[in-house]
Amino acid sequence: MKKSKTRNVEENDIIAGQEALELKKAKSKQAKKFRSKVMAITWIFIILFFFMSGYICYIALTNEQELAENPYNSFQQILMEQNTRGRILAGGGEILAETITDINGRESRVYPYGNLFAHVVGYSTHGRAGIEAEMNYFLIQSNITLPQKATNGNLGQKNAGDSVRTTLRVDLQDVASRALGVYKGAVIVTEPQTGRILAMVSKPDFVPAEIPALWDDLVNSTESSILLNRVTQGLYPPGSTFKIITALEYIRRNNQNINSYSYNCTGHYSANGLRINCFRGISHGRIDFTTSFAKSCNASFANIGEFLDEKLFRETLDELLFDEVLPFSLPYNRSRIDLNSDTTPAEMMQITIGQGRTQITPFHLNMITGAIANDGILMRPYLYEAVVNENGANVRRYSSTTEKRMISEEEAAVLKKLMESVVLDGTATRLRGLSYSAAGKTGSAEFGNVKGVSHAWFTGYAPAENPQICVTIIIEGAGSGGDYAVPIAKRIFDAYFD
Amino acid sequence: MAAFQVYYTELSKYAITLLMALYTYEGFAVFRYENEDKRANIYIRQNILMFLIHLACFISIYFEKNEIEYLFFYIFQLILLYATIIIFRTVYPRLNRLLLNNICMLLSIGFVILTRISYIRAQRQFAIAAVSLIIALAVPYIVRKAGFLRKLTWLYASVGMATLAVVLILGQSNLGSRRIFTFAGLAFQPSEIVKILFVLFVAGALYKSTNFFQVFSTMVAAAFHIVILVVSRDLGSALMLFVVYVLMVYLATGKWWYLLVGIVGGSAAAVVAHEVFSHVQVRVQAFRDPWSVIDNQGYQITQSIFSISRGGLFGLGLYQGNPTAIPIVDQDFIFSAIAEELGLIFAICMILICLSCFVMCMNIAVQLNDKFYQLVAFGLGIIYITQVFLTIGGGVKFIPMTGVTLPLVSYGGSSVVTTIMMFSIISGLYMIPGSKSHAFHAHKKKHDIGDPQNLSPKEALNEEEQDKKCRRK
Repeated sequence: MKKSKTRNVEENDIIAGQEALELKKAKSKQAKKFRSKVMAITWIFIILFFFMSGYICYIALTNEQELAENPYNSFQQILMEQNTRGRILAGGGEILAETITDINGRESRVYPYGNLFAHVVGYSTHGRAGIEAEMNYFLIQSNITLPQKATNGNLGQKNAGDSVRTTLRVDLQDVASRALGVYKGAVIVTEPQTGRILAMVSKPDFVPAEIPALWDDLVNSTESSILLNRVTQGLYPPGSTFKIITALEYIRRNNQNINSYSYNCTGHYSANGLRINCFRGISHGRIDFTTSFAKSCNASFANIGEFLDEKLFRETLDELLFDEVLPFSLPYNRSRIDLNSDTTPAEMMQITIGQGRTQITPFHLNMITGAIANDGILMRPYLYEAVVNENGANVRRYSSTTEKRMISEEEAAVLKKLMESVVLDGTATRLRGLSYSAAGKTGSAEFGNVKGVSHAWFTGYAPAENPQICVTIIIEGAGSGGDYAVPIAKRIFDAYFD
Repeated sequence: MAAFQVYYTELSKYAITLLMALYTYEGFAVFRYENEDKRANIYIRQNILMFLIHLACFISIYFEKNEIEYLFFYIFQLILLYATIIIFRTVYPRLNRLLLNNICMLLSIGFVILTRISYIRAQRQFAIAAVSLIIALAVPYIVRKAGFLRKLTWLYASVGMATLAVVLILGQSNLGSRRIFTFAGLAFQPSEIVKILFVLFVAGALYKSTNFFQVFSTMVAAAFHIVILVVSRDLGSALMLFVVYVLMVYLATGKWWYLLVGIVGGSAAAVVAHEVFSHVQVRVQAFRDPWSVIDNQGYQITQSIFSISRGGLFGLGLYQGNPTAIPIVDQDFIFSAIAEELGLIFAICMILICLSCFVMCMNIAVQLNDKFYQLVAFGLGIIYITQVFLTIGGGVKFIPMTGVTLPLVSYGGSSVVTTIMMFSIISGLYMIPGSKSHAFHAHKKKHDIGDPQNLSPKEALNEEEQDKKCRRK
């Protein structure tokens, strides 16, 4: 009896123990479930914060310059209280702009070359323009050494801002500016193999230091376009210089073969109710393709143009960056050309000789010429060698970069030959027989409704066999390219190869 | 600026960044050791690093201001931080010291940047923090002893809703939102303290039963809270309560479709709120494209982005930037001010410290073995991290701005009191299972309930994997 009772108790104990064990198991299972849920939620938050931190780094460390330039950002004021504005230097170290502090601590911006670099260097009062605007972010920073800063701190002086060393050459800028004289117009000089911009002249110009005094007049006068940088912003009808592009399209459609072309020029070409005259009505007689180009025969090119395919031509123009963004950061205008499937044959005839509604900037034409000179490869145009601190050490370096292949090497070779023929036996013979060989294309672009008044164009390069320098010139309303623009090119080439 | 100040400003930037990086590293290095004795060294190193950063910053401030009161203010801050560490450790030897260190660190960052932005506000912040810390000393004890806290469920909800409603009707409008209530000369922002009440309410309602009726009745109450907050234009708090409610229901019921319903319902409510309330539209507009409205709605956020971008990796140094260009920088945009003057690396380290506090709360939640306590620890942790996310994310245009403060760092009395209370409740909970398991150990020499004192959070994270391994064996 007693024994059985004990057994009973033992059995009960075992049952109770099992129940407890099961309960505990269930509980621990529940706990595990709970834990995994909490951990999942924890990880979600960790990932969320990871992305947010990445985003913070992204916004803080990219677009620093763009954010700093925003007029709502007080960074500029902070920096300008600490640092004096740095210098802008030419390639040879000449000072193009600097800030001078007088004994009263008043700062003034000085431009030692006066109006010579007006548009490209720009100004920094009443807003900013040119390099002063584009490189503002670097000019107002100072990367001098800490001991120098400490010394300045003790003396109560500001720190010297970093300087911008440009690719510009004072001698070439000077020659180009003098050559242009009192004419309105623009000159750009570049290195086709690197993309360096050596000179950039736009006339009429101004003295940057006088901007505050001139400002009201400039703003009020509607006629004045003094502040316009004609090199990058001036839109002109390309005139005969456009024949480079028409020729390229012809070459493309005829497998680089131009030998079979022949045309009998009678001084004009009439079709589709439109009459295209040669310059000064000269009839060129029976001519081949090269002579058509060298003599700039309008009739012959109108003849070519009438049979070009609009769609394919449009593709070529797109590759040449017409109506497109250019790889350049100073303000510029896009070249415009009205060519699409709606273009009539009559319009096409005008387009091929660079008249009609087509407009191009000297800068863009220079890029195309440079790409041809560089065997079809367009180098990215650039203005800056480096940003340097007060001690001359580099803060930032710029280098030559390839933008893209604009045309094929074969096409470039044919175009180069054509452009050489312009100098040897065409409209730019003033460049013949010099110590260097040149190549290029002239243009006399009619504008407005007045007959016989034209902008003088020249775009070309030298030496023809190994192009070092590429120039593009426009003189507003001067006359023929061969008479007015080519001599300026000669003076620039002379100065460069001297 | 004198020469020595030039040197100091430039060099201290790097030193402060380095010290902060070390502090943050130590905060994670703790998890390498399971043993609290080994961790003790790390905790002490963290304290030293914190005091060095605090000192380095105040030297900068003193150089700039050169006034003796700043020196005294520094000493007072030093005493408060030191006393907090020592007293809490003495009173509660089993306290989670990483959490304590991080709280002190965040407070000290707040003191520094607020002193730089506004001396008067920094003083007020300091006073409120000091009082809060004294009160907080009793909280873990109360949490441990007062078992009835879990029974006041509907009282929490009633008090919470009533408070919010009163503020909506009687409160003063502050910067476009009605959330300030002045009583006896003291300005409160009751929505701060309602957050704690709300978590206690939801935990109390759901820890025992999670049937549909129970969930539904809490949902009605939660919706009521949130609607009042949206109408009072306190979008940040509304969003925080929403997030914590949905997650707590999911956790209590274990049913994922509650989560789905919550997300869908919340999104629908957000769309409706956007249509109905112009103040919501303004926030969204400022988020989408602040640059086009830079003069008006976009001004704050763009100034904040400018501020962060000015700082770079190491910051401009204290007083060298211009963070005060951002309107209400000391509350909603304190992160940007820190990023500008103390640097991006410093600011990111601070985010990691906030995350570390959150992970610690979650670890404490999983180590508890009482569902009510689990839900409370979890809920408070979610409230905290959501608030951090809303402030920082809003200030950098990662999400639309909701106008909440960065807990412990931003200026704001109610916010500081609430956050310190939240963390002291969590600390109290942390010590609960410890004492239980202690008693358990005395009777049986078997431990299947881990003592969190000996169980590192990392270990807790890995425990599940270990379990799986055991099962395979």
